[in-house]
Amino acid sequence: MTATQTPTGTRPPFWRNVHFIRGALQILAVAVVVGGFLFLGNNLRNELIAKNLPIGFDFLTQPTGVTIADSGFDPASPVWKALLTGIKNTFLLVIVGIPLLTIIGTLIGVARLSTNWLVAKIATVYVETIRNIPPLLIIMFVFNAVILQLPPPRDPATPLDWFVISNLKIIGPGFTALSGAGIFAGVFLLAMVAAGIVGIWRTRYSERTGHPDHRALWGLGVFTGIMALAYFILGRPIRMSLPVLDGRIITGGFGGLGAYFAVLLALVLYTASHVAEIVRGSILAVPKGQTEAANAIALSGFQRLRYVTLPQAFRIALPPIINQYLNFAKNTSLAIAIGYAEVTLITFQLIGNGYPAPQLILLLMVAYLLFSLTISFLVNILNRRLQLVGN
Amino acid sequence: MTTTTSPGAPAPTTAHHRRMTPTKWLKKNLFSNWYNSLLTIVFGAFILWVVVSLARYLLHIDTEIIRVNLKLYMAGRFPNEQLERLWLAIYIAVAGVALLARATVSNAQRKATEAGIEFHRSSWVDVLRRFWPIGALVIFTLSFTETITPTLLTLVAAAIGLGAYWIGAALPAWIVRRLWLIPVVGAIAFYLALAGFGGVGWDLWQGFFLNIVLTVAGISLAFPLGLMLALGRRSTLPAVRLLSVTYIEFLRGVPMITLLLMGAFALGFLIPGDVQFSLFLRILIAITLFQSAYIAEVVRGGLQSVPKGQIEAGQSIGLSPWKTMRLIVLPQALRNVIPAMVGQFISLFKDTTLVYIVGLLDLLRAALVSTSQPEFFAQGLDAVVLPFAALYFWVGSYVMSRESRRLEKKLGVGVR
Repeated sequence: MTATQTPTGTRPPFWRNVHFIRGALQILAVAVVVGGFLFLGNNLRNELIAKNLPIGFDFLTQPTGVTIADSGFDPASPVWKALLTGIKNTFLLVIVGIPLLTIIGTLIGVARLSTNWLVAKIATVYVETIRNIPPLLIIMFVFNAVILQLPPPRDPATPLDWFVISNLKIIGPGFTALSGAGIFAGVFLLAMVAAGIVGIWRTRYSERTGHPDHRALWGLGVFTGIMALAYFILGRPIRMSLPVLDGRIITGGFGGLGAYFAVLLALVLYTASHVAEIVRGSILAVPKGQTEAANAIALSGFQRLRYVTLPQAFRIALPPIINQYLNFAKNTSLAIAIGYAEVTLITFQLIGNGYPAPQLILLLMVAYLLFSLTISFLVNILNRRLQLVGN
Repeated sequence: MTTTTSPGAPAPTTAHHRRMTPTKWLKKNLFSNWYNSLLTIVFGAFILWVVVSLARYLLHIDTEIIRVNLKLYMAGRFPNEQLERLWLAIYIAVAGVALLARATVSNAQRKATEAGIEFHRSSWVDVLRRFWPIGALVIFTLSFTETITPTLLTLVAAAIGLGAYWIGAALPAWIVRRLWLIPVVGAIAFYLALAGFGGVGWDLWQGFFLNIVLTVAGISLAFPLGLMLALGRRSTLPAVRLLSVTYIEFLRGVPMITLLLMGAFALGFLIPGDVQFSLFLRILIAITLFQSAYIAEVVRGGLQSVPKGQIEAGQSIGLSPWKTMRLIVLPQALRNVIPAMVGQFISLFKDTTLVYIVGLLDLLRAALVSTSQPEFFAQGLDAVVLPFAALYFWVGSYVMSRESRRLEKKLGVGVR
C-alpha cells in the first residue's frame, strides 16, 4: 500500500498515510507509557536508596517482627510467611461469607417479591437501609457497638454452657477428630461419589421407564446410609466438643476472634442487600410469557418456580452476583480498620515495621488481582456454557 | 399490570389496593392463606419488638456528644476564626449548582420548543418530593446547634440558591452555550474562597465536608481520564487497546484500600525527593486513578449502546473519525451514561469513608475521635455517633439512587 502510485503521478505525503499514522500513534503511546515507567522506576530506586531501604524482594525472607493474634504465628518467621497467614485469614472470611450472603441475599430478594405485604415491606426497608450505608461504617458499628460491648475475656458469658462469648473471642460447639477421622474423611468422599452414581442411575432409569426419578431422595439416602454405617464401624471418629472455660483459657469448641465475626457479619449483611436486588431484578426480568406458559401447561406454583422461572432468573443473575462475590472479597480488606489480621493489615503492619512500602503494596495488589482474574476467568467459562444455544 | 399470585410475580400495584376495603386488603395482602398468616404474625411481632425497643432506646439517648462535636463532624478541625470562608465556599457551591440546574432546564426547554416537543418541567412539589430527605437532614443537623448563627447562615444559603436559580433563566447566550464554564469558574472560586489570600489549605478540609469534596473532586478529575481510557479500549490500535485494558482490569481487580495505601505510603517514592505532596493530594490522586478505571467501564457501556448505524451515518456525510466521535457518538453515549455515573458517584461517596484508614479526618474518623474524648470515653456512645454519621451517607446515597433510577426511566436506557 505504501508505494501505490496515484493516477496523477503524485503521491500524498507519507504522514497522510493511514498505516504511518496508526503506527506512529501506537509507538507514541507505548513510548509515553514506557518512558513514564522508566521515570517512576528511576525515582523509586533513588528514593529507596536515599531512605536506605532494600530495592528488590529479598526482604521477604527476613524475620517479620509482627505478631498475629490467634494464629500461633512466630514473629521470627520470614515476611512471606506472614503474608501467607494474612491470605489464609482473608480466605477464611471469603469462604464462610459467600455461602452466607448468597442464602441471605436470595431469601431477601424473594421476600421483596412476596405477596405478603408485611414481608415485602420489611425486605424493602432492609435493602434500602443497608445498601446506602458505607460498608466501613457498618463494620465499625458492628465491632464498636456490638462486639466490644460483650463481656471482657476475664469474665465471659457462657449461654447454655455451649458457647463462650467475650469481646475478644466467640467460641461455640465444634468437632474434635479422634483416630480414624482420616479414613472417615475418605469415606465421606466415597459416599459423595456413590450418591452421584446412584443419582445418574436414577436419571437413566427415569428416562427409560418414565417413572419419577426421586434422585435427590435416593442420593441423599445412599449418602446418609454409608456415612452412618462408617461412623459407627470406625468407632465414632468425630465427636462434638464443647468449649470449656478454665480461668482465662478456653479449650475445645470452635470459633474465632470477635473482629472476625464483626467483619463477617457486617459485610455479609451489606453484600446480601446488593445480592437481594440482583435476585429480585432477575426474577422480574424473566418474561411474563414464561409464567403464563407454565400456567397454561398446568404446572403447580412450586413447579413453575423450580422448572421455569428460577432457572432462567439464575442465568440472568449469575454474572452480577459473581461480581458481588468479588466485591465482597475485595471489601474484606476493610478488616484492617478493626484489626483483623487479613492480608491488608499484615502488609500495613510490615510497612510500619520498616519494610519497603512500594514492593509490599505491589505484592498486595498482585495477590488481589490474581484472585479476581481467576474468578473472572472461571465465570467467563461458566457463562459461555450457560448461554442460550443459537443466540 | 395484572396480578398473578406466584411468589415470583411482582407485588400488585398500589392503585389496586386503594379501591379495596381495609378488611379485604388485609385478607388479600396479609392473611391470604395459612402460611402467609403465620408469616404476618411472626414478622408483625418482630417489627413491633424492633419499633418498641428502638423508640425506648431513642428516648434515652443523650445527644450531648453530638451537640458538643457538631462542628468536628461537619468540618473537622477547620480553624474557627476562618469559618466564614467555609460558608462562603458553601454559598459558591450552592449558587453554582442552582445556576447550572436552571440553565440545563432552560436549555432543554428551548431545544424541546425548537423541535416542537412538549416539555414537562418538574413542578416545585415534584422537586420537593425528590429532595426532601436532604432538607430534612439539614434541619436535623441545625437542631443540634447551640447558637442561632448557623441557622441564619443556612437560610442565607437557601436564599442564594433561589436567587441563583432565578438568575439562571436569564443567563447570556454565550454562557448557556458554554455551560462547562459554570463548574470550572465555580471550582476556582470555591478554592480561592477557602484557601486563597492566607486561607485554609486542603489539609484542613475535614469532616463531612472532606467526604463531599473528595467525592466531587474524585469523580470530576477521574472523568476525563476514564473517557480517554474508554475510547482507548474501543480503539482500533492494538497497542492503545492493550494498554487501556491492562490499566482498567488491573485497577478493577484490586480493592480501593490498596490504592489508598499506595497514596499514603508509596506515592512519595515515585516522585523526586524535593517535591512534596500533602496527604490530601496523594489520596486524591489515588482516588482519581482508581475511579477512572470504573468510569472507563461505565463510559464504554455508553459507547456500546450507540448503534453502529450512527457511526456509518457520520462517515457517509464525510465527517472525520474524530468529528464522528465528538459530534455523533459521544453526545448520545454520555447521555445514556448519566444514570450509571450517578451510581459510580454514590459508590465513591460511600467509599470516601475509607480515607479513615490512612488517617484523614473524615466524618467517620471525626465520629470515632469524639467517642475517645475524655468526657465521652467508654460510655457506649459509638452506638449513637456511628448511626448519626451513617445517616448523612444514607440520605445522600438514597436521594441520588432514586434520582438515578428516575433518570434511567426518563432516558429510557436499555429500552430501545
